[in-house]
Amino acid sequence: MSTVTGKLLGGTGRWFDDRLRGAQITRTWLRKIFPDHWSFLLGEIALYSFIIILLTGTFLTLFFQPSMTDVVYHGSYTTLDGVHMSQAYASTLDISFDVRGGLLMRQIHHWAAILFVAAIACHLLRVFFTGAFRKPRELNWLIGVTMFVLAFTEGLFGYSLPDDLLSGTGLRILEGVLLSIPVVGTYLSFFLFGGEFPGHLIIPRLYVIHILLIPALLLALVTAHLLLMWHQKHTQMPGKARADTNVVGQPFYPYFMAKTGAWFFFIFGITALLSTFAQINPIWIYGPYNPSGISAGSQPDWYMGFLEGALRMWPSWHWNVGGYSFAFNVFVPALVPLGVLITGLAVWPFVEQWITGDRREHHVNDRPRNAPTRTALGMAGVTFYGILWLEGANDIVARFLNISLYLTTEIARYAIFIGPVVAYWVTKRICLGLQRKDNHLLEHGVETGIIRQLPNGEYIEMTKPVSDEMRAVLESRKELPQIAAPDGDDVPAAAARGPVGKLRVSLNRVLNESIPLPHGNGHGNGHAAEPTAVTAGEAHPDGAERADGDGTGT
Amino acid sequence: MSETQPSQDLPEEDGHQSRAPHRVIGTPPPAQARTLLGEAPVSAAPESPRELPAGPDNPAKAQTAEKVVATFFILSMLASIGFIAAYVGLEVGSVDATLRSNLALGLSMSVAFLAMGVGATIWVRNIMPNVEQVEERHVLASGEPEREAFTKTFTEGAEASGFVKRKLLRRTLIAASVPLAVAPLVVLRDLGPLPGTSLRHTVWRKGMRMVVYGPNTPLRAADFSIPGQMITVAPEGYTENQDVLAKAVTIIIKFAPGVLVPNRPGQPGTIMNWTVDNIVAYSKICTHVGCPVALYEQTTHHILCPCHQSTFDATNGAQILFGPAPRPLPQLPIGVDADGFLIATSDFHEPVGPAFWELG
Repeated sequence: MSTVTGKLLGGTGRWFDDRLRGAQITRTWLRKIFPDHWSFLLGEIALYSFIIILLTGTFLTLFFQPSMTDVVYHGSYTTLDGVHMSQAYASTLDISFDVRGGLLMRQIHHWAAILFVAAIACHLLRVFFTGAFRKPRELNWLIGVTMFVLAFTEGLFGYSLPDDLLSGTGLRILEGVLLSIPVVGTYLSFFLFGGEFPGHLIIPRLYVIHILLIPALLLALVTAHLLLMWHQKHTQMPGKARADTNVVGQPFYPYFMAKTGAWFFFIFGITALLSTFAQINPIWIYGPYNPSGISAGSQPDWYMGFLEGALRMWPSWHWNVGGYSFAFNVFVPALVPLGVLITGLAVWPFVEQWITGDRREHHVNDRPRNAPTRTALGMAGVTFYGILWLEGANDIVARFLNISLYLTTEIARYAIFIGPVVAYWVTKRICLGLQRKDNHLLEHGVETGIIRQLPNGEYIEMTKPVSDEMRAVLESRKELPQIAAPDGDDVPAAAARGPVGKLRVSLNRVLNESIPLPHGNGHGNGHAAEPTAVTAGEAHPDGAERADGDGTGT
Repeated sequence: MSETQPSQDLPEEDGHQSRAPHRVIGTPPPAQARTLLGEAPVSAAPESPRELPAGPDNPAKAQTAEKVVATFFILSMLASIGFIAAYVGLEVGSVDATLRSNLALGLSMSVAFLAMGVGATIWVRNIMPNVEQVEERHVLASGEPEREAFTKTFTEGAEASGFVKRKLLRRTLIAASVPLAVAPLVVLRDLGPLPGTSLRHTVWRKGMRMVVYGPNTPLRAADFSIPGQMITVAPEGYTENQDVLAKAVTIIIKFAPGVLVPNRPGQPGTIMNWTVDNIVAYSKICTHVGCPVALYEQTTHHILCPCHQSTFDATNGAQILFGPAPRPLPQLPIGVDADGFLIATSDFHEPVGPAFWELG
């Protein structure tokens, strides 16, 4: 033991331990194992961009004035000298041109926000496609989905604060959406804006929600998310010696600590680099908000794009029933795709569990190809979102492709139905094809590129058996349990009876569609291809094993 | 950790044992470590095997890596000092100065962070020995004895409190909680006024002059004479009032004679009585979600909203040609006053802007 660590432990460590009795528990924390995979870095990007947002955001609050009081600008940006604007807009100009480092902080804040939502979205897709949401992680999945919604709401409110022409138009659209909601819409709008649009209250109100309410919620949920991850231990990708009963990787201290610290510096460095060279949200070019002004190519930040696309795509359906307006043209596209997306994400773990009847704990992730139906459904969802998102920039698309603006919308109106179906089918075929390729590797080995001539003159390519590492990955495909397999007399089990039971059985069949592993692969794993019948609620195969008494550090 | 367990986790005084405590299986030794009389020699206790290697996998490589890492850390340090220097040395206050300051601050900051990241990564990969460890997982569910014990504790608590048995207590507590929870909702009432009929009206009145938005000057019908022109007008006296403008802002378009399609009973079209000399006025607020319909194509007479591309036929009472807007842009009745200036002859006859529940 070196003298440095000796002094640290003998002095400071002892001081704390005398008061906290922490040596044992801290040791298990330091020895905690973190599995490695590139896709596990996505969630860390979200975490670190959130920290960057908090740091830069705190700086910005020191200078920003969330006030809609009319002022005449006389600052350093002389192009706007003498122009009437809100104090919020003027102080944003001041941050950009009269505070040293202000522009950099604004741009880092904005870039990090864009990265934050993007990282959450990618992390969410990673968790979905690898089945990392399965038992016991359903709670953390729900927390994650909630944070996704909070994150883009936070973003919307944040970019609305400078009160520039673009963001003011966004608020105008928000007003239109609120007004369209049946029965209560007009009241919601008047209560949010403190009267008619724009009033003088919306910026201060959004400000307090943006800097206090949502960040506090996010911080609490991030903490819960991390604590649950820590407590349940991280999932791992399939590999040699990796099982649902262990976790293989490197210890938290010093490995994970150093690696994740380096990752934080990379994220911060790249965000700073973007903010140095790539201009974001140049509000001085847009000018202050006025209800009469607009520019062509008005696009929100990327994460609101799918809602913008839905608004553009939807036909002008509007009913007048008994003197009241049902503005289907607005509230359906503004609220339904969002609702479908979020509800679908939130309930999926429970739907999948109901269909499979699989109540076991899962700690080894699926390779996406090994759950073809889930992967295909996910890709259908991504396609649905992607078409809405592209339609949100259809004016840019039309100009770029040099086609009619209206044609882009017409295409999108068909594509939104056809696209997800095609994506589902294609993805499923690709997954099953990859499974066959895996089987081929298992059966015939890896092509070496060495050609040998046999005595009879025939040329063959030499193959070598797959390595143990690779075999473990390739054989990670497990047959999903079948619910309620019929008994010998073909009498359906209780769970498979009635219309709901029949639906469940057919969904189960679709979800289970997979290529069996090759038999007799010489490793005694042939049985893995046999269907296993598991009835709902069956205990963990290792159910007898229990956490030992102290229960700490698990 | 229970209180009855002897303190195994305090390191020995002589410090030659591993500081990291290990779980002891079997009978714990007597609690002598802290006795004032000194301690028994413990050298007989075998040291537990290391969990991590003491040195790098490849000492020569690590030697080189150390120098590389140190270089990156020094680079990071210099960049941070450079950041401070740039902050002190570079003033802002003009577009060019801001550009220079942003470049210097941003670049030094990026280098400071990235160099730290690169250094730390090389450190982990080349100096720390590569290890892979396995940790067992345990089923997350508690065992049945723990669950039963919890149930017992919880039930005993509920019984001791009387919450279950004493109905009066329970019901009055719930009865008291409901209004307590509702009260905070009530205070939100003053967030805004009730809508009333305010969305049905704008400030336009008979005789109110239209001013060109921007220069804010009134406009003679005779001066607005070139067909194909479109300009934005605002009610005189309200050009800086955003609340008013948000509903009242209007576009006027001049047409060549005979282009406008007059409305006939049961057919859409422009109400010719509300026009002056082939000048027609429409609300600029889109009936979809309220963006300004700012684009006008002279050859086709299409008015286009840049937000969601609702398209209106300007000759034909702003009938909808495409897009999500549900109804035409309301037409504003206009005329000229004694001096020849364009005026409104009344308010809009229907609400402007997006649909709302009470619109009908």
